[in-house]
Amino acid sequence: MHKIWLISKREYLSRVKKKSFIIMTLLAPVLIGVFYAIIIGLAVNQKTGEKNKTIAVIDSSGIFENKLENQYRLQFVYFKNEDFNSEKINGWLIIPKDFTVDNPKQIIFKSKESATVDLKNKILNAINTSGKNIKLIEKGLSKEFLDSLKMNVTLHTLEIGDDGKFVDSQAEINLGLGAVFAFFIYLFIFLYGVQVMRGVMEEKTNRIVEIIISSVKPFQLMMGKILGIALVGLTQFFIWVILSLILMAVVSTSFASQFAEISQNIPQNNTGISSKLAPLIDMFFSASLVYFIMFFVFYFIFGYLLYSSMFAAIGSAVDSESDTQQFMLPVTLPLVISFASAFSILSTDPHGSMATFMSIFPFTSPIIMMVRIPFNPPIWQIAASMFSLIAAFIILTWLAGRIYRIGILMTGKKPTYKELLKWMLMK
Amino acid sequence: MNLLEIKNLTKTYTGYKALDNVSLSVEKGSIYGLLGPNGAGKTTLIRIINQISVPDSGVVFFENEPLNTNHIYQIGYLPEERGLYKKQSVWEQIIYFGQLKGLSTKEAKLRAAKWLKKLELADWRNKKTEDLSKGMQQKVQFIITVIHNPKLLILDEPFTGFDPINADIIKNEIRELNINGTTILYSTHRMESVEEICDNICLINKSKKILDGNVKEIKKLNSKNQFEVIFDGKTPEWINMISTEKTEENYTKLLFSVSEMNRAEIIRKIANEVDIWQLKEIVPSIHQIFIEKVKEVNNA
Repeated sequence: MHKIWLISKREYLSRVKKKSFIIMTLLAPVLIGVFYAIIIGLAVNQKTGEKNKTIAVIDSSGIFENKLENQYRLQFVYFKNEDFNSEKINGWLIIPKDFTVDNPKQIIFKSKESATVDLKNKILNAINTSGKNIKLIEKGLSKEFLDSLKMNVTLHTLEIGDDGKFVDSQAEINLGLGAVFAFFIYLFIFLYGVQVMRGVMEEKTNRIVEIIISSVKPFQLMMGKILGIALVGLTQFFIWVILSLILMAVVSTSFASQFAEISQNIPQNNTGISSKLAPLIDMFFSASLVYFIMFFVFYFIFGYLLYSSMFAAIGSAVDSESDTQQFMLPVTLPLVISFASAFSILSTDPHGSMATFMSIFPFTSPIIMMVRIPFNPPIWQIAASMFSLIAAFIILTWLAGRIYRIGILMTGKKPTYKELLKWMLMK
Repeated sequence: MNLLEIKNLTKTYTGYKALDNVSLSVEKGSIYGLLGPNGAGKTTLIRIINQISVPDSGVVFFENEPLNTNHIYQIGYLPEERGLYKKQSVWEQIIYFGQLKGLSTKEAKLRAAKWLKKLELADWRNKKTEDLSKGMQQKVQFIITVIHNPKLLILDEPFTGFDPINADIIKNEIRELNINGTTILYSTHRMESVEEICDNICLINKSKKILDGNVKEIKKLNSKNQFEVIFDGKTPEWINMISTEKTEENYTKLLFSVSEMNRAEIIRKIANEVDIWQLKEIVPSIHQIFIEKVKEVNNA
């Protein structure tokens, strides 16, 4: 164990000290933060940056005079004559003479720029509301009473948990988070698995390996390298999480005033970003994230260990990067398939038989189970998935170690699959 | 006392035998030469001693104990194919390999500093290995091999790629280690280089041992009892002449053979009859002995 520790330490420190690692680790969250700021900035701008519009109402019937309710960033003014020259007017609403509440006729809207759906909806909403009010007042209801009917309601969704208690439903956020973490696992297995392979090849082609294995067992060298690089990956991930949280918090608070403005101005239209972002920001500091990170760390570590032992075996068997392709394909195929199918599983049937199988099968489970976690799969499936992953890791690492110990000392011709099998069986 | 006892080692790789029933013993404190052409099985034998490979049959004893993992710390190995971590600093690299050979961090640092000073590399300790000249890299490689002060130092073609100056420096270090008690196993295919260095040798060809023993004794055993004499005067008639010729200075150059029993007597007799200018025994080189032995084996 001491030897494995020494080797891991060297692998870890030599990588963490690299400039490329430091730049990548610090830059990625900044880029994510900038990206996040741009998205929020655009969303906020769309709402706050919208210009105030003024609509001239030419009401020949006279029933809507001073009754149309101003909408968010939409103001009605009343004219007797059509005056299309005014600069301040964005549109003209022409209500025909014979228009009555009981017998509504077509209303004409003229404007310089084509009317957006949003604008049409606002105008119709104003007309409908005041039409209704006129009728209600005719029936004898007071204006004060009608004003008191206006409600400011938001919808709070709850979900029945396993223990029968109601919990906050964060379905969309959980789902997104599951997908993000699954993507991270995919990315990290590839990124760091290839680093293991390159590291092994470096030692082989540098001819340093024979010196090392005269001091340590080949298996110790392989494991030390794999574990050292795993720690590099975890370090990078946690730095990313922490920096991203800080940056997101900074971005969110700097836009907080805009959120407040939006939610005050459009209470009746409360499906905007403010209602979605608030719980997202909350949950980043809540237990839910910790729960996900626990699963992530498990599937990341064991998925990575499973694949990187195979990457190590490939690296030991070949002499050059170009020779790796032939062996890379079958090894990475399950990973690519699971990543490609992850999103269809997410959106269609997260508890289907295919999804269940792939979330237990060890070569696909690190990604597929991570995607299914937000849908609360049965405990037995999680247990089976974890158990089979650990078992596969132990078997594969053992087999990879057997290829590795022979491969690192073999130079020259690229081995065939048959030869690899022979190496496994060799004494 | 023997530091290393190798008994009946056999190792087969798929298709061919790399070692066939090879036995030898290396005396403590000696310099032992392992000789043979490329592909004879030298590296396989060395890898077994280093516990990199496992023999199919046969045993290795290190200080009378069957070889086990603890012996790794007593052996220093400079493989024929060698290298360093290019991006790592000289200092870190030496410490790391010292630790792998069982030294504590403190001890490794102490010895690394000592060796760097000795080989005049102290100013380079924080440089990346790839920034060093080839000769300096070879010195670092040597330090890594001996930092843990091994009882047995195994050198596989140690001087290939060395420039003469660095080769001399390293040769002196090896001699010094040997004087201080380190046993050295020196493997090479360049037979002429071992005669001056080695006490004992073992010749291997095509995975089989051809002969082994003390260098002087091997030479004596394979002596053809031939002498070359250059003299002024008349050729004695009784001499068992093989060939004769005149030198530029008009001396007579004569090749003759003697029997093992009376060689001293004959030489004395010649000295009495003629004026000897030069006399030397024609000693076969290890290289010649090797070639003859290989022929013998092939003919048998």
